[in-house]
Amino acid sequence: MNFETILFYFFAASTVFSALRVITARNPLHSVMFLVLAFVSSAGIWLLLEAEFLAIALVLVYVGAVMVLFLFVVMMLDINIEKLRKDFLQWLPAGALLATLIVVQMTFVLGDKSVSTGLTAAKHAADYSNTKEIGRLIYTDYVYPFELAAVLLLVAMVAAIALTFRRRRDSKRQDVSWQVNVKRNDRVRIISMPATKKNNGNGADEAHAAD
Amino acid sequence: MMELLQTVHQMGEGLLGAAWLPVWTVVKIMAIILPIMGGVAYYTLAERKVLGFMQVRPGPNRVGYWGLLQPVADGIKLLLKEFIIPSGANKFLFLAAPVMALAPALAAWAVIPFFEGGALANVNAGLLYLLAMTSLGVYGIIIAGWASNSKYAFLGALRSAAQIVSYELAMGFALVCVLLAAQSMNMGEIVQGQQSNYGLFGWYWVPLFPMFIVYFLAGVAETNRAPFDLAEDESAIVAGFHTEYSGMGFALFFLAEYANMILIAALTVVFFLGGYLNPFHGWGALGELTDQVPGLFWMLAKMSIFLFLFLWLRATFPRYRYDQLMRLGWKVFIPLTLIWVVVVAAWMQTSLWVW
Repeated sequence: MNFETILFYFFAASTVFSALRVITARNPLHSVMFLVLAFVSSAGIWLLLEAEFLAIALVLVYVGAVMVLFLFVVMMLDINIEKLRKDFLQWLPAGALLATLIVVQMTFVLGDKSVSTGLTAAKHAADYSNTKEIGRLIYTDYVYPFELAAVLLLVAMVAAIALTFRRRRDSKRQDVSWQVNVKRNDRVRIISMPATKKNNGNGADEAHAAD
Repeated sequence: MMELLQTVHQMGEGLLGAAWLPVWTVVKIMAIILPIMGGVAYYTLAERKVLGFMQVRPGPNRVGYWGLLQPVADGIKLLLKEFIIPSGANKFLFLAAPVMALAPALAAWAVIPFFEGGALANVNAGLLYLLAMTSLGVYGIIIAGWASNSKYAFLGALRSAAQIVSYELAMGFALVCVLLAAQSMNMGEIVQGQQSNYGLFGWYWVPLFPMFIVYFLAGVAETNRAPFDLAEDESAIVAGFHTEYSGMGFALFFLAEYANMILIAALTVVFFLGGYLNPFHGWGALGELTDQVPGLFWMLAKMSIFLFLFLWLRATFPRYRYDQLMRLGWKVFIPLTLIWVVVVAAWMQTSLWVW
């Protein structure tokens, strides 16, 4: 048992444990944190498979951005755990059916010799860059599927923004470029007023007040 | 420098055999972490001194000559203070949050090349690794805000989360320009790609000038520093996400913040200012002479410019309002970086690209 195998079992155990805790933790925030741990452990497994680009992208995109927003939402929600637990038995059969279905599907895919790659992935030389290879494939052989996926995401994003965007008439907005470009003459008007002299004795005070 | 390290490495290998590798790695990690921690301690003193001078007052000058022992005194004070856990807090996460803030700030240093070949890990996807590590730091802040069970801490955490996620996009796009120019994600190769006979004009700050500015400002925003320190807006939300922290927990957040600032300074130098390269390389006799100076010196000298800029910005600008902050991130930085990615990509196809 070499060091890599020990690492693999460590990451695998951590992934399975945290995935279980995601669905068993009582506090939804703990579930989110365990999901983060599950992502990080699977990134570790991918690193062992020399898929460093995928591993880092997983941490960067899912842990660094998606889960932060998840956490954001979960922290803001007022979740009543008792109420959620009440319907547990009612939904158990449907959930169990789904779970069995997924397990069966996974067995079909992973049990088949033709799809299974196993852990004995080909070892590459030290100067082999996984990132470069993925980039080359995405932008040459798979450029159309890749662009299609990108367009799909863009459409989804535009749709999401268009559906939720609501221009409020009553909100006060700041027009920064207008503020920056404002000239002195727009704000201050200098009026030339000739000094006048009063002859009622306290002319000195008057002149002082005019300053 | 490298020869010396090689000799030590070979000597150790002969001495300890297979056990040498972990020992050597720990030694290297210590050689990076300890100076950073020392740097953090004295950066806090530098900050107070610089702010003091800019506001025409002496700054700390009681502890030791010129206040030089002030960081030590602060450290001892924070260590000896009671660490209070609020009664409604989530104990485990409350304790884990400062660690989650500090760990990524230190882990990111693994791929920074301090001199030629002088990085702890020569990772091919080093730039991606850095982005991933800097984006993990936000967890410490969010969890601290939530676990404290306090309104102010929670509001600070929410502000910080939204801010970091927003500015990370601009930061990422600025780095896309860098990796386009360098055609590599390896930090060492990014620095080497800036080597030319034009000295400092061969560095990426020239073709990527807008990105250089955007990257540094996004870095200031990512580290929650003034004028973007909305997460600890003391006039509105007490001390933001670390309102409930005292003693060493509070100190760890500060260590993380300053370590992140030093990291951003180092990254800006590596990506845009040629890292450890000599700014006068190829400039006739001056270049010959300054080529003798070790790369580590140039790296630290360039970093200190940005470290000073952090303090200068803090002393000069008032705090942004939250909507202004979001506007700057989403409506100014992101469109600018998107356009510049296209400009650089097109520019590189022409013969006008000389970098």
